[in-house]
Amino acid sequence: MRASTIIVSTLIVGSAMAAYWIMAPQRTWTDEETKLVLSLGLSNLPPLPADPSNAVADDPDAASLGKALFFDTRLSANNEVSCGSCHAPEKQFQDDLPRAKGVGVTARRTMPIAGTAYSPWLFWDGRKDSQWAQALGPLESGVEHGTDRAYVAHLIHTHYADQYAALFGPMPSLDQIPEHASPNVLGAVQDDWHALDDTQRDAVNRIFANVGKAIAAYERTITPQPSRFDAYVDRLAAGEDTSGILSPQEEDGLRIFVSKGECTKCHNGPLLTDNYFHNTGVAAVPGLPEDLGRIVGTDQVQADLFNCLGPYSDAGPGDCIELRYQTKGGHEMIRAYKPPSLRGAASRSPYMHAGQIATLGGVLIHYNTAPAAPGGHSELEPLNLSTKELASLEAFLGSLDPILKGDQP
Amino acid sequence: MSNLITRRHLLWSVPVILVAAAGLAVTKMMQPPPEDLDVSLSKPTDRGLYIASVAPGLAPIVIGTMHGWVIQITTPEGLPVDHATIAVDGGMPQHGHGLPTEPEVSADLGEGRYQVDGMKFNMPGWWVVKLSVNGPAGEDTATFNLVL
Ligand code: HEC
Ligand code: HEC
Ligand SMILES: [Cu+2]
Repeated sequence: MRASTIIVSTLIVGSAMAAYWIMAPQRTWTDEETKLVLSLGLSNLPPLPADPSNAVADDPDAASLGKALFFDTRLSANNEVSCGSCHAPEKQFQDDLPRAKGVGVTARRTMPIAGTAYSPWLFWDGRKDSQWAQALGPLESGVEHGTDRAYVAHLIHTHYADQYAALFGPMPSLDQIPEHASPNVLGAVQDDWHALDDTQRDAVNRIFANVGKAIAAYERTITPQPSRFDAYVDRLAAGEDTSGILSPQEEDGLRIFVSKGECTKCHNGPLLTDNYFHNTGVAAVPGLPEDLGRIVGTDQVQADLFNCLGPYSDAGPGDCIELRYQTKGGHEMIRAYKPPSLRGAASRSPYMHAGQIATLGGVLIHYNTAPAAPGGHSELEPLNLSTKELASLEAFLGSLDPILKGDQP
Repeated sequence: MSNLITRRHLLWSVPVILVAAAGLAVTKMMQPPPEDLDVSLSKPTDRGLYIASVAPGLAPIVIGTMHGWVIQITTPEGLPVDHATIAVDGGMPQHGHGLPTEPEVSADLGEGRYQVDGMKFNMPGWWVVKLSVNGPAGEDTATFNLVL
C-alpha cells in the first residue's frame, strides 16, 4: 500500500518532469513576448534627453569640472569622502554595501548612476527631479559628505575659480560669507545662514547649484553598457539566428521575465526600470528611522528650492512637465520606491533600498512569495514559480551584466 | 499491452492536468485584456450627451514617454462643444492602480478641441483613460481603452 503510493507518486513526479522537459523547448514566443523582448534592448534607448533646467548639461568643460568635483575628497567634512567613495566607477558607480558609508552611515543603499539622466526622479523616493539638484543632497547630508553650501562655495573659490568662471561667469566675492552656512545643517551653521542677507544667500545658492550642474554634466556621460542580452535582441530584431548568445537556461529565464514573472510591469524599457515608484513589500530594517518612501518624496520634490521650477533652474516656462503633472499619489505611494535598472544588477549585491536582501536568489524568492508590505500595500502577487524557473530567471539576469566590466569615462 | 498503454496514459494524464491547471492559473494571474475590448478612439459619452474623440500625440504610444492628447467634444449631432471643463483620469483595471501622472487640459484649442498634457503610461498592458466632460448639456463621462 505505502510502497505503491510511493511508486505512483514517484512516477507522477517523474513523468511531470519528463513532460516539462519534452514540452519546454517546443514553446514558441508569442507576438506579445517578442515585442516586449525587443523593447528591452539597449539599441532602443533614445538619445540622452535634454535637461533644460541645466544650461551646461552637455558642455564638455562642465563635464570635466564635474568629474574633478565628483572625485574630490576635499568636498567633505573629514577630507575623505567624495561622490566616488560611494559611487565607485569599478563597481558600477555603487559600493556593494547594504547602507553607504560616508562621514557616517546612511539609512539607504547607494544607487548606481548609469542612465540616471533618463530618470525624471532621483533617489529611491524621487525627492529630486534632476541630476544636478540630486548632487546637492549628499554634500549637505551629515552622514555623507557632511559639508554645507557656504563651505562648498569657498572651496570652489579657492580651487576651481577659473574653471568655474569660464562656465558660469566670474565668482562673486565671498569675503562676507562665513566658512560654514546652510539652511539644512542644524545649529550654528544654520544660524549663520539666517544671518546672511538675501543677496548673499542667493550668491551662495547659485554657486552651490552650479556645482550640481557641473557634476550632472559629468554624470550624463555615465551610460549603460551593452550586455549579451543586447546582442541577442539585436539579432532578434534583425531576424538573424540568435542561437549561442544566451544559454537555453537564460533564454527560458528571459521568457519568464516577460511573461509569467511579470517583471516588465515595472522593469521595462531599455533601462529595465519604469523610473516610477512601487511598493513591492520589501521589509523595513529594524532600528532605522521609519521610511515611507515616495509618499514623502512627492512633497519634498515639489518644495525643493533647486527643482526644475525653482529660481536656480535654467528651464523655460513649459519645460518642467514632470514636476507639473506629477501625481500627488495617495496610499499607493506609501513605501513605494524606484525600481533600479536591472542592467548589471546580477553583479552588484546586496539588493533593495536598504540592502535588505543579500543575494539575487533571495530577491527572486521575495518575488515568488510576495510577502505583505510592512506599510502600505505590496503590488506583488505570489508567482509560484518552480525552483527550476527561478534558477532560469536568475541566469537571465546575469546576461544583463555589461560585457566589458570595469572603468567608465 | 493495451493495459500497459492505458496505465501509462493514466500516469501521464495527471501531470498533464497539473500542467494545464498551472497554465490556467498563470493565465488568470497574467490577465490578458478582455477579448472584446472596445479600443475605439471616438464614442458617445456614457449618457449620450456628447461624442468624445481622443487623439494621442504619440503614435505608437511609447511606455514611459510623457506626451499630449487632443480631445474633441461634439454634440451627438457633431457640432463642436466649446468651453467645456474636462478632467482626465485613468489607470490599469487589472492592476488596481491609477495613472503615474495627473494630466490636465492645458489649452482650449477652439472648435470643441482641447489639449491635454501630462499623459504617461508606465507599464505594458490594458489601460483605461476616463474623461469627465462638463459642458452646456451637463456632466457626462467616457472611458477609452488602450492596450500597450
Ligand atoms: C556616503 C555615500 C554616498 C556619497 C558620498 C554620495 N552618494 Fe549618491 N547615493 C548614496 C545613497 C545611499 C543614495 C540613495 C539615497 C536615498 O535614496 O535616500 C544615493 C543616490 C544617488 C543618486 C540617485 C540615483 C538614482 O537612480 O536616483 C545619484 C545620481 C547620486 N547618488 C549621485 C551622487 C553624487 C553626484 C554625489 C556627490 C556629490 C554622491 N552621490 C555622493 C550614497 C552616496
Ligand atoms: C510592481 C513593480 C515590480 C515588479 C512587478 C518587479 N519589480 Fe523588481 N523592483 C521593483 C522595485 C520598486 C524595486 C526596489 C524595491 C525596494 O528597494 O524597496 C525592485 C528591485 C528589484 C531588484 C533589486 C535591484 C537592486 O539593485 O536592488 C531586482 C534584482 C529585481 N527587482 C528583479 C525583478 C524581477 C526578476 C522581477 C520579476 C520576477 C521583478 N523585479 C518584478 C519593482 C518591481
Ligand atoms: Cu500596472
